[in-house]
Amino acid sequence: MEALLAGIIASLTGCGVYLVLRAYTFPVVLGLTLLSYAVNLFLFATGRLTVGQPAVISAEAAGYADPLPQALVLTAIVIAFGMTAFVIMLAVKAQAELGNDHVDGRPEAAASSRRDAMGDAMGDAMGDGQADPGEEHP
Amino acid sequence: MNLPFVVLIPLLGAPLAAWVSRYGRLHAAWLAGATAALALVVLIPAKPAVFRGGTEVQSIPWMPELGLDLAFRLDGLGMLFAILILVIGLLVILYARYYLSESDSTGRFFAYLLLFMGSMLGIVLSENILLLLMFWEMTSLSSFLLISYWQHRSDARNGARMALAVTGLGGLALLAGFLLLGEMAGSYNLSAILTQGDAIRAHPLYLPMLGLILLGAFTKSAQFPFHFWLPQAMAAPTPVSAYLHSATMVKAGVFLLARLFPVLSGTDAWSTVVMGAGLTTLVIGAYFALFKHDLKGLLAYSTISHLGLITLLFGIGTPLAAVAGVFHIINHATFKASLFMAAGIIDHECGTRDMRLINGLWRYMPYTATLAMVAAASMAGVPLFNGFLSKEMFFHEAVNFQKYTTWDWLLTAGAAVAGVFAVAYSLRFIHDVFFNGEPQNLPREPHEPPRWMQVPVEILVAICLLVGILPAYTVAPLLKVGVAGMLQAEPPYYSLAIWHGFNAALVMSIIALVGGVLVYIGRRPLFKIAHRWHGLLDAPAVYDWVLRQLLALAGFVTRMLDTGSLQRLLAVLIVAALAAGAAGIIPPHVPITGPVPITLPDAASVLVAAALVLAAFASALGHQRRLTSLIVLGAVGLLVSLIFVKFSAPDLALTQLSVEIVTIVLLLLALYFLPRRTPVETDTGRRLRHFLIALGAGWGAGLLTWAMLTRPHASISGFFVENSVPGGGGTNVVNVILVDFRGFDTLGEITVLALAGLGIYALLRDLRLSGPVHDIAGRAWSWDLHPPIMAALVRLLLPLALLVAVFIFLRGHNLPGGGFIAGLVTAVALIMQYLANGVTWTHERMPGNLHPAIGLGLLIAVVTGTVSMALGYPFLTSAYTHVHLPFADFELASAIAFDLGVYLVVVGATLLILVHMGLMHGASHLRDSRGVRAMAPRAGDADAAARTQGAADTEPSTGRSRSPVTEPTD
Repeated sequence: MEALLAGIIASLTGCGVYLVLRAYTFPVVLGLTLLSYAVNLFLFATGRLTVGQPAVISAEAAGYADPLPQALVLTAIVIAFGMTAFVIMLAVKAQAELGNDHVDGRPEAAASSRRDAMGDAMGDAMGDGQADPGEEHP
Repeated sequence: MNLPFVVLIPLLGAPLAAWVSRYGRLHAAWLAGATAALALVVLIPAKPAVFRGGTEVQSIPWMPELGLDLAFRLDGLGMLFAILILVIGLLVILYARYYLSESDSTGRFFAYLLLFMGSMLGIVLSENILLLLMFWEMTSLSSFLLISYWQHRSDARNGARMALAVTGLGGLALLAGFLLLGEMAGSYNLSAILTQGDAIRAHPLYLPMLGLILLGAFTKSAQFPFHFWLPQAMAAPTPVSAYLHSATMVKAGVFLLARLFPVLSGTDAWSTVVMGAGLTTLVIGAYFALFKHDLKGLLAYSTISHLGLITLLFGIGTPLAAVAGVFHIINHATFKASLFMAAGIIDHECGTRDMRLINGLWRYMPYTATLAMVAAASMAGVPLFNGFLSKEMFFHEAVNFQKYTTWDWLLTAGAAVAGVFAVAYSLRFIHDVFFNGEPQNLPREPHEPPRWMQVPVEILVAICLLVGILPAYTVAPLLKVGVAGMLQAEPPYYSLAIWHGFNAALVMSIIALVGGVLVYIGRRPLFKIAHRWHGLLDAPAVYDWVLRQLLALAGFVTRMLDTGSLQRLLAVLIVAALAAGAAGIIPPHVPITGPVPITLPDAASVLVAAALVLAAFASALGHQRRLTSLIVLGAVGLLVSLIFVKFSAPDLALTQLSVEIVTIVLLLLALYFLPRRTPVETDTGRRLRHFLIALGAGWGAGLLTWAMLTRPHASISGFFVENSVPGGGGTNVVNVILVDFRGFDTLGEITVLALAGLGIYALLRDLRLSGPVHDIAGRAWSWDLHPPIMAALVRLLLPLALLVAVFIFLRGHNLPGGGFIAGLVTAVALIMQYLANGVTWTHERMPGNLHPAIGLGLLIAVVTGTVSMALGYPFLTSAYTHVHLPFADFELASAIAFDLGVYLVVVGATLLILVHMGLMHGASHLRDSRGVRAMAPRAGDADAAARTQGAADTEPSTGRSRSPVTEPTD
């Protein structure tokens, strides 16, 4: 059972990371969702795997699953929804403003020209770091 | 408890000074003066005890776990410095009031000055070394502000930046040194540290600690090789220079040496490093001072030289040398402050500080000239002035220093050379400025300054003379307690007489005076040599070079990591995380598999797991087809909720199930506005790299899970299980944790959710979007949205779904359910109405504005918490009672009100997000249909408008919509 869950978390993480690394916003959002499944499952598993013993107090219960990770994961699920919603809205907004849904806000062809601009900006910043020359000796 | 106030008064006076300057230019000066005087008065009650040899410690606990208290200490050393800081501060304030011109902002100036004064007092009065460090950093920051006071001048900005960089770097080293020192001594309080000198000197970490602390002290006190920032800081207004470079800022470093003298001194490392730095600084400073043409430049290098002298004395380490060092601190503060002020007057009246232009001022300002000459004589070490006394003590120590090494003569020689140059540059200050012909092309006609500008100089010069002639009746008591405070022991016997007989020290003084005059007379060839050597020891150039290399390195690293591609940046982050994780399993490591036996899976579990893994891979690998990928992702989420069901987490399963629906609907809505397909990324190498990274990440996460699950588990949840019923009044432990035990967390989480909802609302306002005209196969978009059977069914379902939500909400405290789940179920029920009946139709029948629901929810949650506070319990303590009703018998906990708040926020935020997305949908259907809308009988009938639009859509699309997203108002 433990191996099974480890495998599930591994697959979800791997697929999530691959999707998060994609160049367009929609797969990134899907990847984030997969990653949050993985993280939630991992956190849930820190309470260990208990079958058939929900944390509801009753006289007949033989034992209880660890309720603390469950409580944490419950809110994490809801917060993950809030995060996903926010990111997808950013993606929609970016599509509306920029006309494409690349994560850098531009089609891939434009990538190299921006790299040059970055280099220039760095050069300017460095030029400012010089002090005035000292006073002259006779 | 007066000590904290001594520090606090100037710090509080600073903003006040900035404020009162609105009502008059000079108000700030008056206020600053009153503040300094008040601090001086507050200091008085502690004085008698200190003069009797006591140490006053006043402490307010702050963060005792970290060893950090607001602890202040007043002993002889601290008092000596406090008096110097406050008295010279007062004189500088008086001087600055006349120095600053009409165009200078006095509020800003005096606010910075008071801030600096308070920080400086904090350094000398701190009992706790961490507190001392905070004030230390505050002096670095406030001196940065003071030096860059004339912000429009680039030399001021550069000088301030250099001072901040050098002293800030030293501050970091000092922090590390103090942490080591505190750990060695077992306490961060000076009272404890100062008694443990032997233990600390024998500690194996003594050397690194000493190095770090000395780095802090040397950078602050401008010791070689960190001396270069001080001349650059001369771009500051002269009152600032007079204050920072005579009595305060640079003296902080030597104060630190004196403060920690009982703990750090007495080892070979101490004497080698401190004497080495001091001697080098003494000679180099004196040499450069002679060849500066700038009046303040000369004084700056002379300051460096004198600081070197004090450092050297502390490095010698004998009690008598300590006496000489402390004495010279007092003397240097008085004569150097007056010299800076005189230089400021000359600059003020002549409009330049270039000694090649300023000549023969004696005829124009004889009174100022007299004052400056007295101070300069003191600087040179002429008998009857105070500088002579401490310098003679210094010569005495230098001549009698015996370590029996081959290098002993170097100290005597260095002292002699520095003495000669000190006389020469003092002579130059007098002769070049006040005599030596006529002034040349001065921008202004020089004359005596305003009367009150001379008063501070007069007072300081009077002190120089009085101390020089009658040392035993003036400075003796203060010097005695100062030395006692530094040594933490009775001071040795010493004589403050002017005449000690004909001894080696007197010979040295005579050599210095005669040699100095000779050097000054023969200065022209020397100037030529100095000119030829110029540039060999150009420390600012080295600093610039280092800074440039550092920036270039930073630029290089940034360019390596950040090519402007978020993909690459994210990959770097993930690889870094992987590397950090992998470091943990490099051999020799703990075995990954732990001792706990694993359980065997059943067939159903294997099936679910296989389906989940397959779905995850399908979703990732088929991500080009977005709609398919999204639907598969939904399946993954549903399977995850099955896992929660299997492992005894019904609450999680319910939450996951409802969130999944909401998420998928939301993503579907968003996908409507995004391209249907993801373009294939052309860079195959990059895809392969990402595949490998993903493989590594998955492998790592799997290993981590495996390692965790095969290890024993000790949970803190026993408390929650035991106290759930007696403490929280509910049997569903998960819900009791959420609304009771960890209610504060939940409050934070619903706040985040509310903010996300409101943030999305703000994002979507005024956003104009165009939906697609064709589907992916090129068929025209169908506008027949709402099949009547489904619409009717869903309307019937609504009350049932809401009933389920109420049921889940009410039972939540005892059985799986609660505010989160009930909120999500309600949201799903309402969203179904939107889906089946259309946004417009539903929106007309719903309260359109969801913000009140979110606000009310948060309000209820907070009020529930506050009520318990009003009753004297901690925030969010819940109470419960047993309720007997004819038809029911149940526990009612106050936590249910909190849960109601949760419910409202979840419903409000979820609907806010989805409904506004949906409204945008509706609006996008209405593209270019303003005319149609105007003709339509009901302006809000989106369906009719949409159908019209659908018919018109055979024309080519024009891209973005021009119709604003507005909620129907009727």
